[in-house]
Parts: sequence; C-alpha cells; structure tokens
Amino acid sequence: MSEQTKFVEIRHAQKSFGSLEVLKDISLNVERGQIVGIIGSSGSGKSTLLRAINDLSPLTGGEIWLEGVQVNKTLPHRQYETHINAMRQQVGMVFQHFNLFPHMTARENVTMAPKLLKGLSQADADKLAEEQLDKVGMLERIDYYPSQLSGGQKQRVAIARALAMKPKLMLFDEATSALDPELVEEVNLVMKKLAEEHMTMIIVTHEMDFAASVCDRVLFMDQGVVVEEGPPEVLFKNPTQTRTREFLRKHLEGAN
Amino acid sequence: MGLDFSIIPKYMDIILLGVAWTIGITVSAALLSFIGGIIFAVIALYAHWIIRQPFRLIEWVFMGTPLLLQLFLIYFGLVQIGIDLPAFIAGIIGLGLHFAVYNSELIQTAILAVDKGQMEAARTLGLSRGQALRKVVIPQAVRDVIPPIGNNMIALLKDSALVSVIGVSELTLSAQRVIGKTYRPFEFYILAAGFYYVINLCMEWVQHKIERRISISR
Ligand SMILES: Nc1ncnc2c1ncn2[C@@H]1O[C@H](COP(=O)(O)OP(=O)(O)O)[C@@H](O)[C@H]1O
Ligand SMILES: [Mg+2]
Repeated sequence: MSEQTKFVEIRHAQKSFGSLEVLKDISLNVERGQIVGIIGSSGSGKSTLLRAINDLSPLTGGEIWLEGVQVNKTLPHRQYETHINAMRQQVGMVFQHFNLFPHMTARENVTMAPKLLKGLSQADADKLAEEQLDKVGMLERIDYYPSQLSGGQKQRVAIARALAMKPKLMLFDEATSALDPELVEEVNLVMKKLAEEHMTMIIVTHEMDFAASVCDRVLFMDQGVVVEEGPPEVLFKNPTQTRTREFLRKHLEGAN
Repeated sequence: MGLDFSIIPKYMDIILLGVAWTIGITVSAALLSFIGGIIFAVIALYAHWIIRQPFRLIEWVFMGTPLLLQLFLIYFGLVQIGIDLPAFIAGIIGLGLHFAVYNSELIQTAILAVDKGQMEAARTLGLSRGQALRKVVIPQAVRDVIPPIGNNMIALLKDSALVSVIGVSELTLSAQRVIGKTYRPFEFYILAAGFYYVINLCMEWVQHKIERRISISR
C-alpha cells in the first residue's frame, strides 16, 4: 500500500432508517492512541455512527476500515458472519445501560467471551478476570452478580468485560448518562486511566468537562453531519459554527 | 363393608413400585419437555421457514389433540411403520413432547422479552448469534419462566397416569391392579392420591429451591 494505513477510517458513512437519513456522508479518521469525543444533541446520530463502527447498526452507504481491513465489506452471509465476529473481537463497546449479563457474576461476565472465543482455560480465564477487574477497581466484587452492584460498579465491570477481549479500539456510548451524579466520577476515572495507557477510544458523551479533559479531538454532530471538529480547547472555547455555539450555550444553561 | 386400611402394608411393594415408575416417567418426561421446549422455541423463532413447517405440524398435533390419542399413536401406531417402542419409552416420549410444546410457547415469549441490549452486548464481544442465544439469551429466558414451567410439570405428573392405558404399571395402574385383587378401591385410591400429593410437594420444593438460587442472578 502506497499511502500509510489509517487506524480507523470512516469513508462517506451514510445511514437511513427508511426515509429518515440519520447519517449524511460522514468521513472521519482516528489515529492509533487517539481519543475522539463526539457531542451533539439527542437524535443527532451519535449512537448510530458509533454502532456503525462495529456493524451493530450497518451503514446503508460508505465504508468502515480498521487497520486496513474493511469492516462492512460485502461477503456471502456465512463468510460475513465469520468476518464480522472476528472484527468485533477487536472493538470493545460500552453501553449507556451497561448490558451486563445478569445471570453471570462479574468474573463470568468478563471471562465468558474469552473462554468461548479464544479457548482460554479456566485458570487463565480466572487470571484474566482478576487482572481486568483489578484494573477497574472491582476485584473485591469479582463473584458478585450485577444485581448486587451499583450503577457505577456495573459500568466498571462492563468496561472490564470489553477490555478482556484485548480490543484495539474502545467505543463508549454515553457510558455515564444512566448513572447517579455521584457515581459518574468512578467511571470517568477508569476511562482516564485507559487514556493514559493510550487506548484508542471514541467517546460519545454529554459531559463537556470530561470530553475537554481526556479527548484529543472533539466532534460536534447535528442532524447526521459533523458540523465542526477540533481540539477541545478550540471547539469548546472558540467554535466557528453558529450551531456549535448554540448547542454549547444551551448545554451550559442546562447544566446550571 | 367398612373401610379397612390395615390391608395396605400387604400390597405396599406393588404400590411403591408404581410410585417409582411414576417418578421415573415424570422426571424423564419433564427433562425431555424442558430440553424439547427450548429446541422447539429456537426453531420457531429462528429457523428457516422450511425447517419450521414440520415443527408446526408437531406443535399442532400435540396441542390440538388429546394426550390419550397421542399416546396410542406413539405406542400402537408407530409399530406399523416399524418403530416398536417399549411402553414406558412411548409414554415418556408422548408426555415429554406434549409438554415440550407448551413449554416452547412459554420460552418463546420469554426469549422475545429478554432485553435487546443483551444480544447486542454479546454480539459486540464477537459471539455469533447462536452463541449469544446459547450463552446469554436462553439462560435468561428460561430463568424467567421457571414458575410457569413448574406448573406445567405438576400437570405432567398428573397426566402421567394416562400412560397406564398403554400398560405401564405406574402408580394409578398399580393401584387398580391391587384393587382388582382386594376390592378395596377407596383405601388404595386414597393411598395413591397421597403418594401423588407427596411427589407434588417434592416437585414444588425443587422448584422453590431453583427459584431461590436464581433470584440473585436476574
Ligand atoms: N433502529 C432505528 N429505527 C429507526 N430510527 C432510528 C433507529 N435508531 C435510531 N433511529 C433514529 O435515528 C436518529 C439518530 O439516533 P441516534 O443515533 O440514537 O442519536 P443520538 O445517539 O445522537 O441521540 C434519531 O432520529 C432516531 O430516532
Ligand atoms: Mg445515543
């Protein structure tokens, strides 16, 4: 390949639900180790864009590339399933509502996929669970069920579950939006720790302060397009677009 | 002639053998109806429509006709096409499939009720749809329907008496045989009823234990 392979590359992403066009020709690159924040009002297409990256919400147009491999390439059904399952193992995702498996302990939540997909032995899986849960500060609750954990603790276990697959890229879709305010910080701290370890992350968030403190770049989305993007200190302090200024102003008012 | 319960011990061995058969058939048929119910549910929800058709026929037969007829069909009917099953096996299959169809209805509803985020989280980790169903969705669906499935299993216990018509010496038939010798229907039917009640209690106790164990993991 003549040009340097991009880490994550989104080319002309387009997505429609019936006649509703939710993503309109979005192109975006993310470099290895970069942390990209996505902000925007509800319904602007942030989740749809994030979910297109691991094909949870398949695009109706455009391409997603991860390290020189096209994620949403055209293949016969069977082959596509094999391909997409392999791709998804490399991309961790954290959801607003955690989506922990309620019938499994924290340990089992973390080890289920590595055991099933990578054939880890129970001993190796236990070591992995201890390692990952320790990283998110949940080692003491390793044998607790999700119903016995607070929201913040659940989300930390969900992050450990995603990390246990050793992903190259982590996607966060409003990871702290469903949490009581006093529980937000513990999850943010885990994400900051990942940032320090140079994990590549794409973070959809409503928390401007958090985005400003961890992101290398922030995108503002509105009605299916990226209106403006830039380093947080520029985007938040000196936005060039009217829509961005409107959004930030409203958001500040809402926060007060 | 008055009641005389002192005659019971003499025939207790026959009755107890009947109890053993009833328990054996009920437990085997219950397991079959449970596993069959999961398989039928998955087929009904996810299989290609060509595969679904024969199962819809099975479902129709087992829901729309009397269990008695189903037992006759399996025991006497299948012989004609060269499948000669021992009576107790025919009884287990008949009862098992009959209740599998009812369990399948419950499990289908429960599978559809599992939060969509569960499947998404599993797929995000790289699991195939089949793996996600097996590891994540179905275990949760089954947990949700333990109480109604438990009710079906109590019904199964009661309907297990029907296998007496194909000659399996379970509890009801054993009681009948003893009555044939002693002409003491009241004493032995009451005794049989008592045993059904005890088995019933044991099944409820097991169900209760299972429910308690899983209550934390919801
Ligand atoms: N599965 C779906 N079917 C139809 N419309 C959808 C679906 N998912 C999202 N949408 C619509 O797409 C738009 C963008 O949604 P979303 O990406 O969730 O926005 P955001 O995450 O920015 O709030 C919204 O108008 C939403 O109603
Ligand atoms: Mg969203």
